Amino acid sequence: MATLDAKIPKGPLKDKWTNHKNNINLVNPANKRLIDVIVVGTGLAGGSAAATLAELGYNVKAFCFQDSPRRAHSIAAQGGINAAKNYQGDGDSIYRLFYDTVKGGDYRSREANVYRLAEVSANIIDQCVAQGVPFAREYGGLLDNRSFGGVLVSRTFYAKGQTGQQLLLGAYSAMNRQIGRGKIKMYNRHEMMDVVKVDGKARGIIARNLVTGEIERHGAHAVVIASGGYGNIFFLSTNAMGSNASAAWKIHKKGAYFANPCFTQIHPTCIPVSGELQAKLTLMSESLRNDGRIWVPKKKEDVEAIRAGKLRPTQIKEEDRDYYLERRYPAFGNLVPRDVASRAAKERCDAGYGVNQTGEAVYLDFSSAITRYGKEAAHVKGLNENDNALVQKLGKEVVANKYGNLFQMYEKIVDENPYETPMMIYPAVHYTMGGIWVDYNLMTTVPGLYAIGEANFSDHGANRLGASALMQGLADGYFVLPYTIGDYLSNDIRTGAIPTDTKEFDEAEKEVVDRLEKLINNEGTKPVDHFHKRLGKIMWNKCGMARNEKDLKSAIEEIKALREEFWKDVRVPGTRNEFNEELAKAGRVADFLELGELFAKDALERTESCGGHFREESQTEEGEAKRDDENFKYVAAWEYKGEPSDAVLHKEDLVYENIELKTRSYK
Amino acid sequence: MNLTLKIWRQKDANSKGKMVDYQISDISGDMSFLEMLDVLNNQLIEKGEEPIAFDHDCREGICGMCSLYINGEAHGPDRGVTTCQLHMRKFKDGDTIYIEPFRAKAFPVVKDLAVDRSAFDRIQHAGGYVSVNTSGNTQDANAIPVQKENADMAFDAATCIGCGACVATCKNSSAMLFVGAKVSQYALLPQGEVEAKERVQNMVKQMDAEGFGNCSNTGACEVECPKGISLENIARMNREYLKATTSTKD
Repeated sequence: MATLDAKIPKGPLKDKWTNHKNNINLVNPANKRLIDVIVVGTGLAGGSAAATLAELGYNVKAFCFQDSPRRAHSIAAQGGINAAKNYQGDGDSIYRLFYDTVKGGDYRSREANVYRLAEVSANIIDQCVAQGVPFAREYGGLLDNRSFGGVLVSRTFYAKGQTGQQLLLGAYSAMNRQIGRGKIKMYNRHEMMDVVKVDGKARGIIARNLVTGEIERHGAHAVVIASGGYGNIFFLSTNAMGSNASAAWKIHKKGAYFANPCFTQIHPTCIPVSGELQAKLTLMSESLRNDGRIWVPKKKEDVEAIRAGKLRPTQIKEEDRDYYLERRYPAFGNLVPRDVASRAAKERCDAGYGVNQTGEAVYLDFSSAITRYGKEAAHVKGLNENDNALVQKLGKEVVANKYGNLFQMYEKIVDENPYETPMMIYPAVHYTMGGIWVDYNLMTTVPGLYAIGEANFSDHGANRLGASALMQGLADGYFVLPYTIGDYLSNDIRTGAIPTDTKEFDEAEKEVVDRLEKLINNEGTKPVDHFHKRLGKIMWNKCGMARNEKDLKSAIEEIKALREEFWKDVRVPGTRNEFNEELAKAGRVADFLELGELFAKDALERTESCGGHFREESQTEEGEAKRDDENFKYVAAWEYKGEPSDAVLHKEDLVYENIELKTRSYK
Repeated sequence: MNLTLKIWRQKDANSKGKMVDYQISDISGDMSFLEMLDVLNNQLIEKGEEPIAFDHDCREGICGMCSLYINGEAHGPDRGVTTCQLHMRKFKDGDTIYIEPFRAKAFPVVKDLAVDRSAFDRIQHAGGYVSVNTSGNTQDANAIPVQKENADMAFDAATCIGCGACVATCKNSSAMLFVGAKVSQYALLPQGEVEAKERVQNMVKQMDAEGFGNCSNTGACEVECPKGISLENIARMNREYLKATTSTKD
C-alpha cells in the first residue's frame, strides 16, 4: 500500500516553491532527448504541459479524443483567469489570492499547493501576453481586469466571454510550434484506454485510434493525465459531450488514489433545463454577476402570473422583487462564491418562487447596469443623461461590448432578447474539484504517473472560485509539472526507450480488447444514452446540491443496480474496428457507473457540509453550510480494491499554519 | 413537428457515399439540431441499424467540432451560429432537410458526416505561433502597451473556431479566411511582429500544399462564418504576404 505523503517542502510558506526548485534533481539538456513523456488530454493543463516539456527537450506524445487539440473543453471557459498582478492597485497580493482561494475552497485544500498557484499566477499572464493572447485592454493600452465571485479585488484578466478559448489557442500555438519541430507527436482522435505499469512504475499507455479502431501501444518514461473532470457523470452538465472520466478512472483502478470525489461545483448561472431530450446545459459566465442582479418575485401571485404567461418580469415593480443574494449577503451581494449562490437559488425555487414552467429558474437582470453604463457614457460624451432612450441605447452598447457573445448565445438557445428582458438561469453541474490524488510534485500514488489540471484534486478544496480553473490548468502545465517531473526523470537517463513488446503491455492490451469485445457483443436492447441519462438523474437528485444520508445510501444501491443492468442490456452497434462513437461512449459511461458509486460513498462518509458539498444534516439555523473541522479536516483519498463499495479510505490531514480556520462568511 | 431527413451516409474515406432518407417525428422547436440527430440515432440503434456519425463536442458554439452542411449552407439557415447552436424552431412541420458533410478536397470524409480537418492543424504547425519559450521571466505583461483598437481587432480575428465553414462554403474551397484570421491576430500585435514575414509565407505555402483553392472575393465565407470573422482579414493577409515577398531585406 502506498503511503499518503504529500511531500510538502519544509520551510516558510513563501519560500517552499523556490527552495524546492533549487533542491530537486534536473535532467541535463542532452539527456532530455533520451526521455519520452506521454500527455493525455490537450486542454489548458495538457496543452501547456506538452508544449513546455517539448521546449525543454523531452520527446512528447500527446493524445486527444477530439479531431484537434484545439477542441479541448477548456476552450469553453468564458469569464477569465485570476492573477495576483495588482495592476488595479486595489490591495491584491500573492497572499491575498492564496487566502481567497483557501477560504473560497472552504478550507479543504493544501496550503502549500495553493500558495504556489498564487505565486506563479502572475507569470501566466506574462507568458500568455508574450504568446500573443489578445486580452482585453483599456484605452491606455494596458490590460483590463474585472472582478469575480468570492473576492474583494479586481484580479481577473479576460478576453470578452472567450478567455478560455484565447488561452487554449495560446497553448495550442505553443504546441503547434513543437509539433512543427517534431518534438511533440500529436495523436488526434485517440482515446487512452489504460495505463501500463512495469515494476510498479507508469511506463506507457494502451490507446485506441478512434477512426480505425486500431489498438496501439505507447511506451514512455512517465505518463501525465490531463483529461479534465467528471462532471458528465450527471449526464446534463456544462461539460462537452465527450468530456469523460475514463483516463482518470483507469489509472485509479491501476493504483492511483481518487480524492474527494464528492466535491462537485454546481455553477449558479446556467441556462435552465428545457426538456427531456436535452443533451447538455450551457453556462452563462459568472462575470455576468458583476453587472447582473439576481432576483425572484416577492409575491407568489406574481410567480404564478409569470408562469401562466400573464405577466412579464419587466412589469414587476422594484419593491416587489426579492434580490435575495443582496438581501442575505450584503457584503458580497451578487458576487458570493458559486456554491453559496447556487444553494440560495435552490432555496428560493424550493420555496416556490422559481420563474419558469419547471419552477427551476431565477432572473439575472441587467436593466440597472444598462442604465448606469448608459448614463456614464452619455456624461462622457456630453449628451443628455436624462434622455432615457439614448441612455438605454448607450448602455446596451457598453453591455454588448462586455458580454456580447454571451447574450447572443442566450438568445439563440432561449429565443428571448436578454437586453430587453431578464435572463433566466439555474444552477448546473460545471466543474469537479475532486480528482486524482497528487502530491506536491503532482505525482499520483503510482510512481511516474502524474495528474494535472481539473483531473487532479489539488488546489480548489471543496469549492473553486471563479476564474481559478484556467489559472490552475496553466500553472500546472507551464510552471509546475515541467519542473517537478525532472526530479523523477533524472533516474531514467540510462533506461533507454521503453519496449512495448513485453508481457505487461500484452496483458494491458488484452484487458482492453476483452472489454471492447464484451461491449460490442453484448446484444442488449437499449442505447448507451438510456443508461447515462438514468445515472444522471440519480446523481442530480441524490448527490446534487443538497445531500442526505438516506438519499446517498439509496443512490449507492441504485447505481450498483444500474451498472448491472447496463452490462446486461446495453446495445452497442457496429464493430470495434471502425469509427464507432457509440462504442467510445459505452466505455465512458461504464466508467461513470463505477465512479458514481464511489462519489456517493465519499459524500456519505463526509457528514459535514463544506463548499459545494452540502449535507442537510449539517447546517446552521440560517441554512448555511456547517463545517466540521474537528472530524473532517482531511483529504479523502480512496484506494481501489475491486468494486467501488470495497474502496479503502486514506486520510491526508490538512495542516493550516498560515491561515486561521474560520467559518466562511460572505455576509 | 415531423420531418424528412436526407442524410449523407459513407462508410469510410475509401467507400462511395449516398443520400439516405429518414423520417423523424415529434421534434420540438426548442431542441437543438444535434439533439434532433441524437434522437434519430437512438431510434436507429434500438432498431438495430447503424447510427449516423457526426462530429460534435462542446455543444455551445465554441469548440468548432460540429460541421454539418444543412440545406446547402454551412451550419444551416441561421446566421452567426454553429450547427450545435442551431435550433429546430428555424424549421417547420413537414420540412425536408438535406444534411451533408463539409465538402472540400482538403477535408476528406472520415465517416458519414464527419470529415478530417487536420489540414488546418498543419497550417498552424507551419507558423501559427509566436516563438517564445515558457519561462517564469518573460517581460511584464504591461511592459508593451497595445492600442485598444488593435487589441480588439486582434481579438476579433482570434475568435475563429477553426470549424471550416469558410472552406465548405467557398466555391474554390479556399481557406483564406481561416489563415487570414490567424495571420491578422499576430500582425496586429507587437508580439507577432518579429516573425511576421516568415509566418505569413510559411502558412500560405502550407495552405497551398494542402489543396485549398484561392480567394476570388465572393465573400460567402464571411456570410457563413459562425463567428463573423471579417473579410478584412484576407485583405490584411494579402498585404502582409506582399510586404513579406517584395521587401528585399529583413
